[in-house]
Amino acid sequence: MLNIKADFPVLNRLFGGDAGEPGMALHYLDSAATTQKPLSVIETMDRFYRESYGTVRRGVYRLSEKATAEYENTRKKVAKLLNAASEKEIVYTSGTTQSINLVAYSYGRKFLKPGDEILLSTIEHHANIVPWQLITEMTGAVIKVIPVDDTGTLILSEYAKLLTERTRIVAVNHVSNALGTINPVKEMIRMARQANHFNPQDPTRRGAVVLIDGAQSVSHMKVDVRDLDADFYAFSGHKMFGPTGIGILYGKSAILESMPPYQGGGDMIERVTFARTTYQKPPHRFEAGTPAIVEVVGLGAALDYLAHLGLDRIAAHENALLQYGTRLLSEIPELRLIGTAPHKASILSFTLEGVHPHDIGTLLDEEGIAIRAGHHCAQPTMDRFGVPATARASLGPYNDTADLDALAAGLRKIIEVFR
Amino acid sequence: MSRSHELYQQVILDHNKNPRNYRVIPDATYSCEGHNPLCGDHITLFLNVGADGIISDVSFQGNGCAISKASASMMTTFLKGKSSDEAKSLFKEFHDMVIGDLDPDVQETHLGKLTLFKGVREYSSRIKCASLAWHALMGALEKQVSATTEA
Repeated sequence: MLNIKADFPVLNRLFGGDAGEPGMALHYLDSAATTQKPLSVIETMDRFYRESYGTVRRGVYRLSEKATAEYENTRKKVAKLLNAASEKEIVYTSGTTQSINLVAYSYGRKFLKPGDEILLSTIEHHANIVPWQLITEMTGAVIKVIPVDDTGTLILSEYAKLLTERTRIVAVNHVSNALGTINPVKEMIRMARQANHFNPQDPTRRGAVVLIDGAQSVSHMKVDVRDLDADFYAFSGHKMFGPTGIGILYGKSAILESMPPYQGGGDMIERVTFARTTYQKPPHRFEAGTPAIVEVVGLGAALDYLAHLGLDRIAAHENALLQYGTRLLSEIPELRLIGTAPHKASILSFTLEGVHPHDIGTLLDEEGIAIRAGHHCAQPTMDRFGVPATARASLGPYNDTADLDALAAGLRKIIEVFR
Repeated sequence: MSRSHELYQQVILDHNKNPRNYRVIPDATYSCEGHNPLCGDHITLFLNVGADGIISDVSFQGNGCAISKASASMMTTFLKGKSSDEAKSLFKEFHDMVIGDLDPDVQETHLGKLTLFKGVREYSSRIKCASLAWHALMGALEKQVSATTEA
C-alpha cells in the first residue's frame, strides 16, 4: 500500500480547533471532484513565479525562451503519459469541459449534418451532455442514449443497435464520476469502427469519431490512446494533482488537422490581414490567447509526481481501498450502494434510508470527513437510479483504511441521530 | 457534532421525519414548484388564499434534505391564518436571518419558532435548503408556476 499523506500539506493540518481543542485531521474523500496537491506541485509553481515567469511563444528574451521550453515540455510529458504518437496531438485547454466543448464546436459544427447521430451514455457528466445538446440545436444532429443496467454497466448489445451509418460521434466517459463504472471503451471504439468505418467511396459512410471523457481515469489507471484507438481523449489537470485551469484534449493528428479554430485570437494564427487570416497547425490552432502558463508547468510537476508513484501502484492501492470500503459500507443495513458494476474505479456512491445526502455531507463534515453530496452533475444518472441525489466518497492514492473507517463510523452516528 | 448540533435540533429532525401539511391541495388557489438547481431538490407548494387575503390552507410535497423539509413543514404550520402581505414580510425576515443579516438573538423578528433555522447562516452551502420552501411560497403568491433559489 502507498503511504503518501505526508506529501500533501493540506492532509497534514488540523481543522476547526479552537482554544483548548486540537482540531481534526481531514479525511478527504472527494478526489473525484478535485484532488489535493502535493508539495512538489505547489513548490514548482511558486518557484516558477519567483524565478522563471515570462510569456511563452513570443518573447525574444531568455526568460520567455526558458518559460516556453518548460511550457512545451509538459506537452511531451502528457504525450508520454497517454502514449500519443506526437506532442502535436496534445492541446492545452482549461479543463475537460473546455476540451469537450472544443470538439463539439469545432469538429461538431463543421461535420455534423441534420439527422446525424451522437451517441452518449446514460451515465455521462453534464459536461459530456450539454455541449452536444447545444451543437444539435445548431446542426440538426440528434442525440441517442446508450442505456445502463441496474449495476450501472453500459448495455453493449443496446449500444450495438444504436450504432448505425448515421452515427457520427460517440462520446462516453472512461469512468463514471457518479457511479465509478469503468466503461469498456476499447471494445466500444472497436464496435464504432466496425459499424461505421470511413469510406471515401461511399458518401453515407463518413465514419464516426469517438471521444472519451477521461476526467475520472487518467490519474487512476494507465491510459494508452493508441491501444484504445481513441480519436479524442479529454481530461483535467486538477483531478490529477495538478492545478485548476489547465486541461488536455488529445486528438489524432489527422482529425485535429481537419478541424477549424474554435476560438480566435493571438498565438493561433500564421498571418493576419483584414482580407484573410491563416491559422497555425494543431495544437496551437486551438490555443488562442496567452495560456495558463504556470498551470501548465504545475501540471508538468503533477505528471512527474504521478510517474514517481506509478499508475500501477496507484491502481492497486485504490482497488484495495475500494474493496475494503465496499465491504465496510455493505455492513450498514440502511445503506444502499448506487453503482455496483463489476468493473469499478474508486468511487462509492450511496444513499442512507431516511437521510438525505446533503444532511450526510453536513454531518460528516463535523467529523472532518469531506464527501460530495448531490447529483454530481449527472442528473440523468440520478434519474436512472430513481434517486434525487447520492452521497459520494471518492478515493485517491493518499487515502487509507483509516479514512474509510472514519466514514463508516460517521455514517453509523448519523443513522443514530436520525433514528 | 458541535456546530451541527445547533442546526440538527430535535424539532427539525422531528419535522423531517413527520412533516406537517405534507399533502396536495387539489383545488389550491395557487401552487408553485420550487427548485434548488445546486442540488436538484424540489418541492411543490400549495396555497389557498381567501378573498380577504388570508391564507386558509398551505401544504407541500417534494424531495429534499432534512433542512429543506423541516423548513417547509414549519413554514406551513406558521403561515396558516396569516395574510399574504404578512407572508411576504416574513419571507424577507427569514431570508435575512438565514443569510446572516438579521440576528434574532439581538434583533426583534416575527419569526417565532422559525428562528430555529438561524443556525443555517453558519453553512453557506445549506442556506438555499432552508429557503427553498419560502422561494416556492413567494412564487405562488406571485402566481408563478415555478421558482428557484437562484432568483
